[in-house]
Amino acid sequence: MAYDKFTILRDTAVPLPTENVDTDQIIPARFLKATEREGFGDNLFRDWRYDVEGNPKKDFVLNDPTYSGKILVAGKNFGSGSSREHAVWALYDYGFRCVVSSFFADIFKNNCLNIGVLPVTISPEFADKLFNAIEADPKTEIEVSLPEQKITLLSTGESESFDINEYKKANMQNGFDDIDYLLNMSSEIEAFEASR
Amino acid sequence: MEKTTLFDKIWDSHVVKSVPAGPDVFFIDKHFIHEVTSPVAFLNLEKRGIGVKYPHRTIATPDHNVPTIDQDQTIKDKLSRMQVEKLRQNCAKYGIELHDLGSAHHGIVHVIGPELGVTQPGMTIVCGDSHTSTHGAFGAIAFGIGTSEVEMVLATQCIMQSKPKKMRISVEGELGKGVTSKDIILYIISKISAAGATGYFVEYAGSAIRNLSMEARMTICNMSIEMGARGGLIAPDETTFAFLKGKQYAPKGDDWDRAVSYWKTLKTDEGAVFDKELTFDAADIEPMITYGTNPGMGIKVKDSIPTTDGMEGSNKKSYLKSLDYMGFQPGEPVQGKQVDYVFVGSCTNGRIEDIRAVAQFVKGKKKADNITAWIVPGSREVEKLAHEEGLVKILEEAGFELRQPGCSACLAMNDDKIPAGKYAVSTSNRNFEGRQGPGARTMLASPLTVAAVAVTGRITDPREVFTN
Repeated sequence: MAYDKFTILRDTAVPLPTENVDTDQIIPARFLKATEREGFGDNLFRDWRYDVEGNPKKDFVLNDPTYSGKILVAGKNFGSGSSREHAVWALYDYGFRCVVSSFFADIFKNNCLNIGVLPVTISPEFADKLFNAIEADPKTEIEVSLPEQKITLLSTGESESFDINEYKKANMQNGFDDIDYLLNMSSEIEAFEASR
Repeated sequence: MEKTTLFDKIWDSHVVKSVPAGPDVFFIDKHFIHEVTSPVAFLNLEKRGIGVKYPHRTIATPDHNVPTIDQDQTIKDKLSRMQVEKLRQNCAKYGIELHDLGSAHHGIVHVIGPELGVTQPGMTIVCGDSHTSTHGAFGAIAFGIGTSEVEMVLATQCIMQSKPKKMRISVEGELGKGVTSKDIILYIISKISAAGATGYFVEYAGSAIRNLSMEARMTICNMSIEMGARGGLIAPDETTFAFLKGKQYAPKGDDWDRAVSYWKTLKTDEGAVFDKELTFDAADIEPMITYGTNPGMGIKVKDSIPTTDGMEGSNKKSYLKSLDYMGFQPGEPVQGKQVDYVFVGSCTNGRIEDIRAVAQFVKGKKKADNITAWIVPGSREVEKLAHEEGLVKILEEAGFELRQPGCSACLAMNDDKIPAGKYAVSTSNRNFEGRQGPGARTMLASPLTVAAVAVTGRITDPREVFTN
C-alpha cells in the first residue's frame, strides 16, 4: 500500500546503543499472531520494555520520558535475524519514521524501505557523536533530509551524507511502493513468465 | 567468454528488467507461504482489488504457530487458529496448493519443499521466512523476504531486488569423527560474526562441503542468514540429482534427462571472481556450541567463553549484557554445566538424517533425570520414516518425547516454550533472548552434541560419550 511521503524530518531521537538487536527483540514471535498490520507498537521491544507481569521496566529507554522523537538511533547490526516485517510495523506503529545505525541487517533494511520508514546508515564515528550528543542533551535535534541525503546534528551543525538508490529515494519522497511499479510492467513480466 | 559464478548465472537469468540506478525486477520461480507472514499480504491484495497472478507457483503450509500435539483436533489457541484458518481460506480462494495439518506432506516449509521435489537447481525461491536460504543446498537462489514482498510475488511473481555481493566460503579436508555440518556452520559464523556476511550471497565450496549429504548441506545453507547473508548456495552434483530423482514434483522421463543436463551447467567457472573469498580447514572444526545471544557467539565445546580482553564501549556492554542473560561469566568453560531441556527439530536439524543420528547414539541409553527431551520431526514424512525405521521406539525408550511436525520450540510461537531461566541445548538456529520462550537460555549445537547432553544432563563433547 502506498505510504507516508518522506522528505525532511527534524526531531529529537531515542538512543538504543545495544549492538546486534535482532527482530525477535523488536517484536517477539508470540506477538506475530495478528492477521492485520495495526497495533504492533504496543509490543515493540516487549521483553525489554515490560517485565513478566507487564509492568514497565524503568531502565529501558522507551520507558524513560527524557527521550522521545520519531528517530531511533540504534547500535551496530540492527534488525538481524528473522525476516518478519512485523518488526518495522511495530516501529512505525509506535511512531518511529526513521532508524539510524552504523550497520543494518539486509532484510530489515528492505522491509523499512518497503513500508516507508527511512533507514539511514552512518559511520560508526558519527553514530558515537549522536549517542554522546543525545546523552548530553536529550532534547538535541537531528535533521534527516532525504532530498539532500544528509543527516545533521543540529546542536553542532555536524553532518554526514548517506546512501539510498535513486529509485527507492523517489518512492519514499512520493509515497509510492514497489507493487505500483511492478503492476505497471505486467506485460513484460507476463512475457518473461511465458518463456520459463 | 566471461567467467561467472553460479550465483551470477542464476540471478542474471531471472532479471526481467534492471531499473536504472535502482534494483532489478527479479522473477521468482517458486514461492512458499505460511500462516504468519502471509495474511497481511493477502489482505492488501484485496484492498488493491487484485488477485494472485500465478497461483501454481505458490505452495502453502501452516508451520510456525501450530501445536505439536493433537493436530487432528481444533487448534485451542484462538489467534493461532485464526491465522491457520486465514491461510486455508486464502489458499481456497486463490487456488493455491496447501499441505494442511495432518496431510501426508504437512511440515516445516523448508523441509517439505525439498521433500516434494519442488525445490530444484537453478530456481529462484522466496518465502516470508529468513531460513528460506535452506533451499540453496540444491543450487538455487533462495532467500527470505518481508510481507510487502510476499504481496509483490503473489501479485506479480516478481520482487524489486538489488543484486548482493558474492562471497565464496570453502571448507577443505576431512571432518573429524563426531563433527557434523551443524558444527561447520556454527564454526564459520563464530569466525566471521553474526554480521560477517551481511550484503553478500554465499557459495559454499570445497571438499568437505562436497562430501556432505543433501540434509547436511541444507543445515549449512539454512544458517547463512545467521551471519547476515541473504542466502547461501551449493553447486548441484550427483548427490543433488540422486536426492531429487523420483520425488513428486521432480521432472520425469525425458524431462528428467534434459533437466539434469541443464543442472550440470550450474557451477562457478574456474577463474570467476568473488567480492570476498574465505577458506577454512575442516580438520580445525570440532563440536561447537553457542554461549551467548546471537549465533556468532559460538565456541568449541571444550573451550572457554571468551574474556572481555580488547573489548570496549558499547561492544563490551553488549557482550556482558548477553552473558548476563545467559547466566555465564567471561572466561569460564561451558563443559559440565547443567542443562534442563534438549530440543531436536526445526528447519535446521529436523530431517530424517538428524533423527537417525540422535537415535543411533542414544540407543540403549537413558536421558538424564534432569533433562526434558523433545524431538519434533520437520514433517509428516520424517515422522513416518522415523516410525518405519524403528527410531521412535529407540527414542521413546531413551526417554525422549516425540511430538508432531512444526517449527515448535525453535521460536516458541506455540505452547512448546522453554521456561524462563532454564537452559536448553537445541538443534535449532537462533539463540536470541527469549527465542525459545521469555527468559529461556538457548545454546545451539549439533544433533550429536544434543544427544550427548541428553544422556549426561550436562554440556558434553559428544566424542567423549560415544565411541562408536
